[in-house]
Amino acid sequence: MARVVAVTGNEAVAEAMRQVNPDVCAAYPITPATDIMQRFTGFVSNGKVKTEMVLVESEHSAMSACVGASAAGGRVATATSSQGLALMWEELFIASGTRLPIIMTLVNRALSAPLNIHGDHSDGMGARDCGWIQLWSENAQEAYDNMIQSFRIAEHMDIRMPAMVCLDGFIISHSIERMEYLDDAVVKNFIGEFKQLNPLLDIEHPVSYGPLILTDLYMEYRRAHAEVMSKVSQVVLDVAQDFEKISGRKYGLFETYRLDDAEIGLVILNSAAGTSKDAVDVFRDKGIKAGLLKPRLYRPFPYEEIGEALKHLKAVCVLDRADAFGASYGPLFMDIASGIYPYKDRPLLINKIYGLGGRDYMPEHAELVLAELAEVAKTGRVKTFKEYIGVRE
Amino acid sequence: MATPLSLKELSKKEVRITGGHRMCSGCGAPIVVKMALLATDYPIVASNATGCLEVSTCISEYTAWKIPWIHNAFENAAATLSGVETMYRSLKKQGKIDKDIKFIAFGGDGGTYDIGFQSLSGAMERGHDMLYICYDNGAYMNTGIQRSSATPFGADTTTCPAGSVVPGKLQQRKDLTKIMAAHGIPYVAQASPSHWSDLMKKVKKALDIKGPKFMNIIAPCNRGWRSRTDDAILLSRLAVETCYWPLFEIEDGVTRVTVKPREHKPLVDFLKPQGRFKHLFAPENEHLLKQAQDYVDAYWERLLKEEAFFAPKE
Repeated sequence: MARVVAVTGNEAVAEAMRQVNPDVCAAYPITPATDIMQRFTGFVSNGKVKTEMVLVESEHSAMSACVGASAAGGRVATATSSQGLALMWEELFIASGTRLPIIMTLVNRALSAPLNIHGDHSDGMGARDCGWIQLWSENAQEAYDNMIQSFRIAEHMDIRMPAMVCLDGFIISHSIERMEYLDDAVVKNFIGEFKQLNPLLDIEHPVSYGPLILTDLYMEYRRAHAEVMSKVSQVVLDVAQDFEKISGRKYGLFETYRLDDAEIGLVILNSAAGTSKDAVDVFRDKGIKAGLLKPRLYRPFPYEEIGEALKHLKAVCVLDRADAFGASYGPLFMDIASGIYPYKDRPLLINKIYGLGGRDYMPEHAELVLAELAEVAKTGRVKTFKEYIGVRE
Repeated sequence: MATPLSLKELSKKEVRITGGHRMCSGCGAPIVVKMALLATDYPIVASNATGCLEVSTCISEYTAWKIPWIHNAFENAAATLSGVETMYRSLKKQGKIDKDIKFIAFGGDGGTYDIGFQSLSGAMERGHDMLYICYDNGAYMNTGIQRSSATPFGADTTTCPAGSVVPGKLQQRKDLTKIMAAHGIPYVAQASPSHWSDLMKKVKKALDIKGPKFMNIIAPCNRGWRSRTDDAILLSRLAVETCYWPLFEIEDGVTRVTVKPREHKPLVDFLKPQGRFKHLFAPENEHLLKQAQDYVDAYWERLLKEEAFFAPKE
């Protein structure tokens, strides 16, 4: 029987980790992810899990230890935020290039400078092309559900790639919500046993991990990585189907909200999607056909499916909680633009940068954007393609 | 019954790093690895920091390693192996592994003294059951002989080239062996491939001690030292005999000098055969030679005092 609880996002992630019961976890404290590992080490200290901890001296060493532990042959997980992820950057590529299914929770937070500890997607966006799978989560329930599904996805024999589960710092990580936990046995059965291929600790069959590969073969390895990434979407869908059977909750590559007959739409990641859905309802009540699309699998990005879902709209605003300096538009915008590019008749696209460093994203912001979109749809003219909202100019 | 460390017995053992790797001829590093792996009968799992040893021993699709081996990056051989060792403990606790396995991390001086220092310090503090072996050739040899914090005073390198104003490296070496001892770990030692029996006894002893261990082993590099190709053992012997590279161990905090040269040779005997010190022999640099000798003498005297302090009283 599922348990209904009132917990924070971090608590939900820690509970998912307890139920998965990894063989090894590495941890280094960083706000706002710290709480996950504090709770999890509480499980370790009280014998609730079999996990051995590596309480390292930096995030670089956290991911280095995860690489070693995963290659050694077992389930491995960690969590971080912001500067911690930035410090791991080198290791992120090594984890994915070595095809190690490490699971990492990323509690999204702004990057320094200036120093800021609040919710922002700059960290996750900076790591979007490092070869990991990224699942983004609107709330504590989705973070918990994504955590449990991520093990199945990352460990799938067609994939064997690391995955990060993203949730918004403080807004979700530290807010209490009503949600449902699955039973321990159900989770255990869902994720199954994990067996590493060619584990380093198999001393009867010695293997070398991390070779030097030069011009003769490097490109083939990268090509193979790209091939694996092309298979992730189907595995995510298959795992979601199995997950629905145990939870009753339905997941896809992305979520659509009142989008099928919509003429204008918002595209937005994570917690702000909740606020935006309310604004969509307000506009629907006024007789304006508004809708929303919230990406879930952000890497690999399902360009074709998202393009197909948005192509019938007249105007779309992509809201980015991160900017890509010098690239004209926010990172999510660029992916959405690529998704709808193949269509001859495609919606007009605008881009808003919102909520940086934890700046509140209010219903009024979403309503202003929808009002602007309604105008764009009516006139066919865009005044400003990209702007910051909720900012002092 | 462990294999006795006699040449007769050792000659019968399998060498766990094969020949045919692509290290330069005359390099000291693979000799160090070969001796370390011969010294023990335990199954070994090794990690390797990026560097000469790593890039030359595992170029896809070949590997020179007959033991499980992992290279991750430059600065994290210790952190990586700490993850491997932790997984070993986890699986052993769960009954999924029953064998006794020992863990050795190999890194050059750049990957150990400098960029990998934090990762090494952290792994030692956490108490992982592993031995870290630094093969110290005194510069970033893999990238082309750049200065490291292990480069000896006065040496000419490609980033502190001896010129008309700057006469090579102006600083003394970082005393990493003592810094590791200051971590309070159960075993720290310095060794040299010239004294193979001493080196192998130390490795063997280290692997029988539970917890974190550190060994610093001199590994001549003829490319960087500007010496003859076949002088690796000669130079490592001179390093010991001039007391430039004292052979000692610190076990549970007790210092013991394991080899005391019969004749304390002048430092110039070690410096002279190496092109990297050539400029020090110019008349205007005589004071630098004296400075280098004074440092070596002071270090050796301090080491003997430390040993005497711990020696059993009559």
